Amino acid sequence: MKLLLNKDLMDKMADHALGSYPMECCGFVFGKDQPDGRIITEVHTTTNSQQGDQRRRFEVDPRDYLKAERYALENEITLLGIYHSHPDHPAVPSKHDLKQAVPFFSYLILSTEKEQVKKTTSWQLYHQQFEEEEIVIKTNLKL
Amino acid sequence: MAKIIIPTPLRKFTGNQATIEVDAIDIRESINALSSLYPDLKKQLFDDAGEIRQFVRIYLGDEDIKVLNNEQTPVTQDAVISIVPAIAGGITN
Repeated sequence: MKLLLNKDLMDKMADHALGSYPMECCGFVFGKDQPDGRIITEVHTTTNSQQGDQRRRFEVDPRDYLKAERYALENEITLLGIYHSHPDHPAVPSKHDLKQAVPFFSYLILSTEKEQVKKTTSWQLYHQQFEEEEIVIKTNLKL
Repeated sequence: MAKIIIPTPLRKFTGNQATIEVDAIDIRESINALSSLYPDLKKQLFDDAGEIRQFVRIYLGDEDIKVLNNEQTPVTQDAVISIVPAIAGGITN
């Protein structure tokens, strides 16, 4: 699967990740799911509601999740997935990410240091294993 | 008819339908009606003991049914029921 998005949306996720450092951040990605790839049209930040150590855990409040699904329905788009940051860790899914993952969603991971996002990857769950998705960043993607 | 919003990760079990309408008096009957319409969805929602899975939350409007009357929570004809998967993750260790 291929993910296409404009650079400004990638920048929004990066700004969120850097602003949250050294805590993990999280948010929603919306758009269109098409046979030849997914087009991300909107990125919404949300609150990391994890009650424990937010430097290595994130959790989405169920109420924020249901608001995101309602928003997608009202705007005739699809909730395509979730992004989150890995402060000072690689942009690869952890065992905890795998345990918590649900099918269909694209899981974008931003490897973040204090001053920069080092790498961003995206993953989708197939048969209980993550497979990496190609991220294609555009500057003037027509939606 | 009460409306059930299906989260995108589970729509492959409902023929890609985002919302399903059911005629039911409470949450349990609503979810059972949904499971009867889409049997493949049933094992995603219930564990082997027939209980709603730990990683699945059910909301009536904006309230978790756990703070209402769980599966015995009554539903009205204009009720909106949401199935919410637990979303979490992060760095191991």
